[in-house]
Order: sequence, then structure tokens, then C-alpha cells
Amino acid sequence: MDWSFIQKFTPMYVEAAVLTVTIGVIGILLAIALGLLCALVKYYKIPVARQIVAVYIELSRNTPLIVQLFFLYFGLPKAGILLSSEACGVIGLAFLGGSYMAESFLSGLKSVGKIQLESAESLGLRRGQVMRYIVIPQAASVSVPALAANVIFLLKETSVFSAVSLADLMYVAKDLIGMYYNTGEALTMLVAAYLVIILPISIVFSLLERRMRRAGN
Amino acid sequence: MQGIEVLFMGNNMLRLLDGLWVTLRLSLISIGLSLVIGIFVGAFMLVKNPVVKAICRVYIEIVRIMPQLVWLFIIFFGITKLTGINLNGETAAVIMLTIWGASEVGDLVRAAFSAIPKHQFESGLSLGLKKVQLYAYIIFPQAIRGLVPDIINLSTRMIKTTALVSLIGVTEVLKVGKQIIDANRFEYPNAALWVYAAIFMMYFLICFPLSLLSRKLTKKRGE
Amino acid sequence: MTMTEQTEHIIEINHLVKRFGDNVILNDLTLNVSKGEVVVLIGPSGCGKSTLLRCLNGLEPIQGGSVTLHGEPVEHGKPSLYNVRQKIGMVFQSYDLFPHMTVLKNITLSPLKVQNRSKEEVTEKAMELLKRVGLEDKANSYPSELSGGQKQRVAIVRSLIMNPDIMLLDEITAALDPEMVHEVLNVVLGLADSGTTMMIVTHEMAFAEAVADRIIFLDGGVIVEEGAPAEFFHHPKTERAQRFLKTFTYSR
Repeated sequence: MDWSFIQKFTPMYVEAAVLTVTIGVIGILLAIALGLLCALVKYYKIPVARQIVAVYIELSRNTPLIVQLFFLYFGLPKAGILLSSEACGVIGLAFLGGSYMAESFLSGLKSVGKIQLESAESLGLRRGQVMRYIVIPQAASVSVPALAANVIFLLKETSVFSAVSLADLMYVAKDLIGMYYNTGEALTMLVAAYLVIILPISIVFSLLERRMRRAGN
Repeated sequence: MQGIEVLFMGNNMLRLLDGLWVTLRLSLISIGLSLVIGIFVGAFMLVKNPVVKAICRVYIEIVRIMPQLVWLFIIFFGITKLTGINLNGETAAVIMLTIWGASEVGDLVRAAFSAIPKHQFESGLSLGLKKVQLYAYIIFPQAIRGLVPDIINLSTRMIKTTALVSLIGVTEVLKVGKQIIDANRFEYPNAALWVYAAIFMMYFLICFPLSLLSRKLTKKRGE
Repeated sequence: MTMTEQTEHIIEINHLVKRFGDNVILNDLTLNVSKGEVVVLIGPSGCGKSTLLRCLNGLEPIQGGSVTLHGEPVEHGKPSLYNVRQKIGMVFQSYDLFPHMTVLKNITLSPLKVQNRSKEEVTEKAMELLKRVGLEDKANSYPSELSGGQKQRVAIVRSLIMNPDIMLLDEITAALDPEMVHEVLNVVLGLADSGTTMMIVTHEMAFAEAVADRIIFLDGGVIVEEGAPAEFFHHPKTERAQRFLKTFTYSR
């Protein structure tokens, strides 16, 4: 292992990691918002919007992120829509993640049985109150672990951003391998960087899930 | 908005489909290998020996924690560096997909068998079935019924993940698409829009029916 | 209790029709419930008795006729329903407590959020009602810590605290172990004694006879027979009621 090499290029990895995380977090937040919206449309069976959401979910779930990104980054400019690499990353991640988030939200909402809704209605609670006091607290214990799993999945998916010239971790690693042939060092730093990003989140989420499961009983 | 003709000019569509076949072939080989290896992984996880169990668990978690593309890089660049053997992109892709796929299959197999309620074993035995008969008639059919939709689901994930191999230089559908775009860049400056839209639809047309099938089988399982 | 013109009707059901697709569940059903009256609906499964209760609470859209509470229409999906429902208490067959809230929170949720009553008053009232059903020590327990019978008693209290004009009880003991049925039905008998207006669907015939002022026998979506409990159970007039009652006796 060439330590001076590692020392020299660590700042580059840090910079790339910050970029990966920034784009990832923005994309994931948008995915959560989009997913919640889609889940509500499906839950309340809003006409027309519901069909659109269904088509979106299928398109998003049945195509690879890298193909979605290529279309956004190389395809759309030809139709006059020019997006930066960063914008493509954010939009692509939101487009991909939205459908996964939607299903996680929806499975939580649906886990609250009809009898719970009817009891709440019978007590005179309004639609919004039923949502707030009865559905959301119960749905959360089903949805949150699934949402957390999606967050980790999407963070890992950010690794394809380099394909649309985003100077992320993969991009830096590939660059260094190509330029200096210090493959071992470049890959070790790559792995370390992803571990630093994903491992803490993964540990926090699994602790959270265990706590929620206990509270649910 | 013109340019869609580029898809049908000369043998462009055929070339794209050829590229798609490269992707699919890699996926299919990897899915097949993953199934074979994954069943063993799953079986090991059901063994009572805690060490064997722990080793399998660690394997699955280590594979899971890293993005698949990172694994692809480690295998493609790392193995070459470490051993001096020059792996071609396709081999590296199959190795990566199989290591990942087998870990997922293993976990699915474990889950499918663990999900069979204990009373199924007990009532099978109380009917006087021998151990072999118990597994052949009661346990395996149920486990497989539970497993098939999840395996199909995993297959669509593996097909989608195969798209990554263009990044280590394998000439599959995305690479072919890029070649077509470059070759027609003066005649059809809009080619990229249509070519990538076409590839998007190709993936969709392969994965969507599989997703539907998986969903249908899952529903059936619920009954 | 006799039905005279002067009695105040809490609920009036006029020519109610309820269909699921082509399936007619309730066919031109007319029925009134007076203040303080306990009406028990009995009949074979699928006769529409539970559906009738659900229509009274606006949980089901209806295809004809009307349901009114104190002259106010009960209409599925209408905004006015929120006000009407506060005056109708309903308890379901399955334990329908909110699992993520303590017993006390379950009970105080809707008086606090719907009726905007003060927290002190509501808590005090809740404790008083819990005491009445013998569960004052369970106020801070979660539903998962209660037995089925205890859950149903809490569900009754949760409806009672709204000061409803009428209570609708839909087979509230059907999912209970036999030894728990008694404790729940005793609470209901207590309510009947204190003059609570109730409409009850039940399969417990002995209980029906004890609690009812009037029995309604439903079959095929129509009222086949109605009358005082003693008369209905011991001298049923219609052949269908006789046949139904026979299914509760055994001989060999």
C-alpha cells in the first residue's frame, strides 16, 4: 500500500464523497416527497392522477437508473432540455426512488385495517384527524423500516452518477486507476469512502428498526 | 421532432437488439449460477451450526453494504492487479452478479424455509410421513411456492444491474447505442434522444412482464 | 315500552334499501327507535342486521329510503355526517381499539379532538366510566395488554364518553372467549338499566331476551317478526322465526 499516494489523494475523495452525499440527500428527499404524494394519490384513489402514478411507478421500477440517467443527460438536450450532471443526478434519483418510497408509504397506510378507520369515523373524527391520530402513527411502524431500507438502496445507487460525468467517488477512483495504475490504493479508498457513508446510516437504521419493533409490541 | 428514423436505418435496430442480447445473456448466466450457489448458501444458513450461519450472514452483509458498481470495479480492476490475470469485462460482470445474486438467493431460501410454520412439520410427521416424504410432499412444495415470485423479482433486479457493465467497457446495449449515436451524429443530431428512449423501453418491456408475473404469483401465494 | 305517537323517536328508518351490486341486503325496511328503548336485532347470518347498523352510522351508502337521527339525515359521505356521528356510539365485533394509544388516550381522543372538551373534564369522566366497567386500573395500559373482554369494555366506554343519543352494538361478543362474554354483556345490561338507548345485534339469545325491550327478527332483508322478547322467544308467530330459534337447541 502506497501511503503517500493515499495521503495525497484523500482530499479528492473527501470532495467527491461530499458531492455524492449532497446529490444523494437532495435526491432522496425529493424521492420521499414524490413517494408520499404518489402513495396518497393511490390511497385515496384519486381518479386520473392514480393512473398516471401507476404508469410512473412501473416505468421507474422496471428500468435501470443508469438508463434513466443516460436519457436525461444525453437524450433530453436533443429535445431542447439541457440539464447539468448534478441536476440529472438529483432528478434521476428522485425518479427512481419515488416509486420505491411510494410503495413503502402505501404498504404502511394499507396496514391500518378498515375496522380502525371505521371506528375512528364512528367516533366523529374527521378525515384529516383520522389520518393524523390513527393512520399515520400506526402506518409509521410499517413504513419507516422500509423507507430506511430505500434510503440505503438509493445511496448505493448514487454510485452510477459517474456515468453522467458527475465527479463522484466512482469517477475519482476510475480516474486514479487510469492515470496512475495505483489500483489497490484507489479501490481501498473507494471502499473506505462508501463504508464511511453507508455503514453509520445502516447501523442507525437497524437500531431504530429494532426500537420501533419493540414499541409496536 | 424528427430523428426517430435513426432507429430503423440500416441494421441499427438489429445492432441494438444484439447489444440487448449481450446484456440478457450475462444476466441469465448470472441468475443461473446464483440459483445454484444461492441454494447452498441458504441451506448453510438453515444449519444449526452457529459458525456456518455466521459466515453466511457476514458474506451476505458484506456484499450488501457496497454498491454493486463498487464490487464490479473491485473485481474488474482489483483482480487483474492482484493476480495479473486479465479478466475481460464480461467475466468480471458474471462474477460480480453471481457473488451478489447468490447472497440474495441464499437469504431468500433461508426466509422461505423459515416462513413455513412449525405445525406443518408436526402435522406432516403425525400423519406418519417419513422425513424424506415430509420434505418432498409438504415442505419443498410450500417453500418453492414462496420462493418463485421472489426469485423472479430478484431476476429483474439483476437484469437492471447488468446495465452497469457498460461502465467497464462491455459492448452491450448502452455501448451499442452510443456507437449508433456517434456514427449518425451529423445526419441525425437528435439520435441520442431516440436511442436512449428505445433502450429505456427495451428494459421496461423485459422487466415489466416479469414484475407482473412476480406480483401475480405473490398474490396467489397469499390466498 | 309501547309505541305511541307521542314517544320521541331517536332514529327513524324509512323504506331503507341497501344493495351490494345486484344483491339486495335490506329491502324497503322501516323501523323507529324511541328514547330509552333497547332494540335487539336477531336473524340468521347474512340477513342484513350488521349492514343495518352500519347504515345507521353512515358507514355504507344506501340506495333508497332514509335514515334520520332526531330528524337530521344520516348520509354516507356528506359533511353533515361528522356532526351526526358524534351522537351515535358504535362498537364493533373485532377489538377495534387503537393499538398505539393507551386505554385512556383511546377514550379521550375524540371528546378532546372532536368535541373540544377540556382535558380535565374528559379525563375525570373517562376514569369514572372506566370505574363503572371495572377497569380503572387499566387506564395507562395498552390494548395489547388487555384481554378481549376488557378491550370490548373499553370500546364501550370510548363510545359512551361522547354522550351519544344511541349506542349501536354490532356482535360485540362474537369474537370473545365464552368466559369473557358475561363480563361484557353485564356492562350492556347496566347501560340498559340506566336508560341508554341502544340497538344491538347479537347471537346470544339469553342475553337478547334479558336486555331487549323489543326484538326485531330480520331475514332476507325484511323484518319478518317483531315483538316483546318473552313473546318472541316463547311464542314466535312466524314459521321462519320458529325455525331460526330451533337452531339454538339441541337434542338427540
